[in-house]
Amino acid sequence: MSSRDRILGRVRRALAGVPRDDTPYEQAVPRDYQRRHGERSAAETVDLLAENLVDYRAVVHRCDAAGLPALIAHLLGERDSTGVLVPPGLDEAWLSATAVQQVADRADATPGELDRVDSVVTGCAVAIAETGTIVLDGSPDQGRRRVTLVPDHHICVVRVPEQVVSSVPEALERLTPAHPLTWISGPSATSDIELDRVEGVHGPRCLEVVLVSGARPARLA
Amino acid sequence: MSTTDLGMPGLPPPGRPEFPPFPEAAHDAVRDERLRGNLRHATHTIRAKRARAVAEVSDWAELREAGRRIKDHALRHLDRYLVRVEEAVTAAGGTVHWAADAEEANRIVAGLVKATGEREVVKVKSMATQEIGLNEALEAEGIRAYETDLAELIVQLGKDRPSHILVPAIHRNRGEIRDIFRSEMSEWGRPAPADLTDTPAELAEAARLHLREKFLRAKVGISGANFVVAETGTLVVVESEGNGRMCLTLPETLISVVGIEKIVPTWRDLEVFLQTLPRSSTAERMNPYTSMWTGTTDGDGPRVFHLVLLDNGRTDTLADEVGRQALRCIRCSACLNVCPVYERAGGHAYGSVYPGPIGAILSPQLRGTRSAIDASLPYASSLCGACYEVCPVAIDIPEVLVHLRERVAQGGEVTRGGNRVVLRPARGHGAERVAMRAARWAFGHPGALRGGQRLAARVRRFRPRTLPGPGRAWTGTRDLPALPAEPFRDWWQRTHGGEEEEK
Repeated sequence: MSSRDRILGRVRRALAGVPRDDTPYEQAVPRDYQRRHGERSAAETVDLLAENLVDYRAVVHRCDAAGLPALIAHLLGERDSTGVLVPPGLDEAWLSATAVQQVADRADATPGELDRVDSVVTGCAVAIAETGTIVLDGSPDQGRRRVTLVPDHHICVVRVPEQVVSSVPEALERLTPAHPLTWISGPSATSDIELDRVEGVHGPRCLEVVLVSGARPARLA
Repeated sequence: MSTTDLGMPGLPPPGRPEFPPFPEAAHDAVRDERLRGNLRHATHTIRAKRARAVAEVSDWAELREAGRRIKDHALRHLDRYLVRVEEAVTAAGGTVHWAADAEEANRIVAGLVKATGEREVVKVKSMATQEIGLNEALEAEGIRAYETDLAELIVQLGKDRPSHILVPAIHRNRGEIRDIFRSEMSEWGRPAPADLTDTPAELAEAARLHLREKFLRAKVGISGANFVVAETGTLVVVESEGNGRMCLTLPETLISVVGIEKIVPTWRDLEVFLQTLPRSSTAERMNPYTSMWTGTTDGDGPRVFHLVLLDNGRTDTLADEVGRQALRCIRCSACLNVCPVYERAGGHAYGSVYPGPIGAILSPQLRGTRSAIDASLPYASSLCGACYEVCPVAIDIPEVLVHLRERVAQGGEVTRGGNRVVLRPARGHGAERVAMRAARWAFGHPGALRGGQRLAARVRRFRPRTLPGPGRAWTGTRDLPALPAEPFRDWWQRTHGGEEEEK
């Protein structure tokens, strides 16, 4: 007997005494919890996102589409970055004002090569106001997961208000499970020393989130 | 706590020496003042924070109830959902393996690692791989497993055992961690900086540098998972440091060992647990990083993905009507942080990778109650109920503890390795059984009860401080209750309380 059959057999025997219940799943679980906590205008939702991002030590900036290239150039300059990783589908205009060397993410680039690049600039799939979370889904303006992991400085651009939702339930609705997803709430942190939160372990230690209004949607692949 | 010797032959978990029963193990821990201090500081810090994080959401009770129902539903249709997981993961490019026990899971993983030709792996913190002793099994096959979670690293470098589900090195303070890093890191790779101090930021930086070279060269990653979505075949890992992202993203091969109880039916179900888990575990609105992946993705992350579905006592637990609710556990560790027994005894006394209240009901069910430690765990509680109160999936831990005590004391039918067996009552509980039988008889014979109570009241001056014979163990840690001058029933009669009631 295969272990598959053995385990499934054990499960069925263990459940033999449980009365059959064919209630459809949608009705079996009461979902009396809220879709979002409180009603807010679009602008208030963006404000809450900014507040919660800051609470978990992300650095938040706001600008309009016209000001974005200059802001990104300024942020890279502030960090003395010598190189910036560029996902394949990033809006070229975003990096039009910086002289920092742009490094394209090649498919065969080793983790060691990525480790020598200081910064990365990406878009995002959705941002969650209540938890201060940005979610990446590997779309062309975000690149594959490793580009936002190995460099120590991540600049993430969120188009507001259209990419911002209030809550976790609203975010899951917008996401595609088949895509590799990374949910980011502040820079890398740990609570492993005396259960006290310390920022900065393996992921990017500096997370800067730019809330940009009036930007055009990302280019499709 | 009674120190009754249960006299059962011990069955040590694979690769480990036999653990002493809980009271014996806790005996030393409660006298270790540094350990007590470390635990008190850490658990009290997190308790207050958790309460604040939970108070932030007005619908906590509804989220908790939904979480309970989702998990119960998944468990009650587990055969169906297991098959669905297999289909979905396979369709997304993964390979699914089934492991009935720890030995089989270790054999599968070791075989998969060897097939890659690699001799080292990087690991994300995972309770399932701790439970099966995977690192030791890999070591025996000549494969080195590097733990990459900061607390797991501290435990591994210190040749120590984990003592907390979320923060396995909770028993270590910053000074001890600095000493371990200084003396041990060079054995495993990049040494700690010579001038390392005990500030948490510097310790985190030392871990970052030490592990970076391992992440960058790793070809095989091993993980567990917090959730597996049956509908989509998606695995979810919730973490803080980014070591999880490293292990899940950079290697070419990823092997995830996941207990069969981790399944949730639908994608939408994550909306409940992604709200309750971070607030219950690290007391955050959201943990810094959550990774979700479905099979493999071209050009992004590992090209090969293996999912090992682990039973190892879970189906036996599922067969127990009362005890099966322990399988709802999402490993948040809130119950440890509020437990007065855990706070004083520490995690090591529980003799298992699952310490605290949840461990006291999980270990004896996953492993059976034949060893001294497992038979003593259901008694490692004052039944105060704080654990039930904070549990985000509403596991009634005191109910299961009492149920397991009954089984240890009285024996009865249980499932072990998929087979129904009848446990004999444990030795050492004989006096308790005699006392209970006597009580049952007395309560059924009012005349005898009244006579006995009057006699006891009259000779109450001679009440001993400790009981003789087999009762000695009981009074060794308890005071005998004081006897009243007049039995309650006599007082009731005398004050006409009974008559008024009858009108």
